[in-house]
Amino acid sequence: MSLDATTSNRSAADPDQVLAVHGLVKRFGAVTAVDGLDLAQRRGTVLAVLGPNGAGKTTTIEICEGFQRPDAGDVRVLGHRPDARELRPRIGVMPQGGGAYPGVRAGEMLRLVASCARQPLDVDWLLGVLGLTDALRTPYKRLSGGQQQRLSLACAVVGRPELVFLDEPTAGLDPQARRLVWDLVRALRTDGVSVLLTTHLMDEAESLADDVVILDHGRVVATGTPAELTADATDEQRLGFRASPGLPLADLLTRLPGCTAEEPDPGRYVIRGPIGPREVSTVTAWCAERGVLAEELKVVRRSLEDVFLDLTGRELR
Amino acid sequence: MSAETRFAPGTFTPAPGRGRLGRMLAVQTATETKLALRNGEQLLLTLIIPLALLVGLTELPIIDIGTPRVDWVAPRVLALAIMSTAFTSQAISLGFDRRYGVLKRLAATALPRWLLVAGRVLSACCIVVVQLVVLSAVAALLGWSPHLSGLGEAVPLLVLGALAFGALGVLLGGSVRAEITLAVANAVWFVLLLAGGIAVPESSLPAGLATVVDLLPSGALAGGLTDALARGTSPGAGPYLVLLAWTVVPGLIATRTTRLT
Ligand SMILES: Nc1ncnc2c1ncn2[C@@H]1O[C@H](COP(=O)(O)OP(=O)(O)OP(=O)(O)O)[C@@H](O)[C@H]1O
Ligand SMILES: [Mg+2]
Repeated sequence: MSLDATTSNRSAADPDQVLAVHGLVKRFGAVTAVDGLDLAQRRGTVLAVLGPNGAGKTTTIEICEGFQRPDAGDVRVLGHRPDARELRPRIGVMPQGGGAYPGVRAGEMLRLVASCARQPLDVDWLLGVLGLTDALRTPYKRLSGGQQQRLSLACAVVGRPELVFLDEPTAGLDPQARRLVWDLVRALRTDGVSVLLTTHLMDEAESLADDVVILDHGRVVATGTPAELTADATDEQRLGFRASPGLPLADLLTRLPGCTAEEPDPGRYVIRGPIGPREVSTVTAWCAERGVLAEELKVVRRSLEDVFLDLTGRELR
Repeated sequence: MSAETRFAPGTFTPAPGRGRLGRMLAVQTATETKLALRNGEQLLLTLIIPLALLVGLTELPIIDIGTPRVDWVAPRVLALAIMSTAFTSQAISLGFDRRYGVLKRLAATALPRWLLVAGRVLSACCIVVVQLVVLSAVAALLGWSPHLSGLGEAVPLLVLGALAFGALGVLLGGSVRAEITLAVANAVWFVLLLAGGIAVPESSLPAGLATVVDLLPSGALAGGLTDALARGTSPGAGPYLVLLAWTVVPGLIATRTTRLT
């Protein structure tokens, strides 16, 4: 992909863009980890970068953080080149694993990182709210995986940055800790901090992100808001329910114009088509006329996971 | 618990900026020093082995040196202590800090790069001070009476020695994989201890080796300290020039080869 001067100039000038990546390429020998990637993030938003293992998420983030040099392309972070010194205090970084002396205690590490900032958050409060108070004096190498993750997250936000890069912030966290991280990301967003995160959890991206980018083989394969990505082009929705097996679906369909119906397993029914409140009540009424109770009635939207699997394939690699 | 109750609005309102340089340096130096003093393997290298050699070589007539034995052993053990801290221990911890992403983590903060280096250097200096105090105290108990007139030469030699070994340590620990650093740093330590003019004086080494040893940082430091403290004579410019060369050349190479990961 070639780079034209007009795009990069525009991105550098736009104060509302915290991140502008154009035509980014990064190769490792024969492997092209990032292959002509474009990204943009608006200030104060949460951008989720999704993609299968090896799609190039970490490589892209590390280039934005200034830790790796791109082979081609233009990257602007808060209007600066990624390796600019003046950028350091303004960004927060949570790498995918690691990032502390093996023998350092959690409290010492966070205090060290906090000392680098002019107006850091209160270290003891942050350790407490992230559930690390009990682990204060435990050496890093003896912390559990989830505790290490939370310490790393604390290090990313303690300096009060404008833009935070979180590489798989909830990997390996229990459900409580995951909720905590979600709350934290939402609070960051509320306070005007821009957050770029990667994740393999589609529900995480759906509930946290303003915008989603799906990568595959180092390229962007889809981008948009979660709603845009999951909106079905054909406007088709599904209504699923359980009832006694063998109901006469052809009769039901006479009352549901434009819909199709099937019984994939005995007693489990799926109606496809433009499903609205009227269609739902038609189904329950029709069942009631037959003295049958429709259970587990659910309108199923196309999930982000469906979109992801459609775009990136269902095979493991 | 909802986001509102856990995090009051405004908690994370951006307020980026760099911390005060003095405080950053103090906290980083203190952290690294504490880590070094807490690490058993590093203590073995920096304190226990030098102490054992100090007592052992003084009390047991294994190697033929001058008398009183402690006057000739102590300067050599001080040279060993410097090498252990500034070179071996430094290289190994740098190698593993890179491996575990510590340097990346710190480079991602507002900490300037030079301060990252300065913190490590200062921390090594703190360890060296602890070593000098402990080893000198034990040597004094063993009857050490150095030529106090030699202190004026011993101090700059110790400083230059620390810089030379420190530059070599950073060169090694900053460029290759942690396992290789570990193996090489220990091997070099052992070779220089035995054949580099530290444990065995140049006079006891074969003639050809003795010339080489004078050009090594270990030989220059141990020889210079022995002249200054045991003989009470000036070692001349030789050891200074050798140590300076071992500081500048590896230091310059290290500025190009040192990587964060
Ligand atoms: N330093 C490196 N040397 C060689 N190849 C590398 C290097 N870093 C990354 N790669 C390769 O580049 C590709 C992208 O890796 P990257 O870590 O960016 O993926 P990712 O999307 O973060 O994956 P995951 O979801 O597993 O974290 C992979 O094929 C990886 O093997
Ligand atoms: Mg990754």
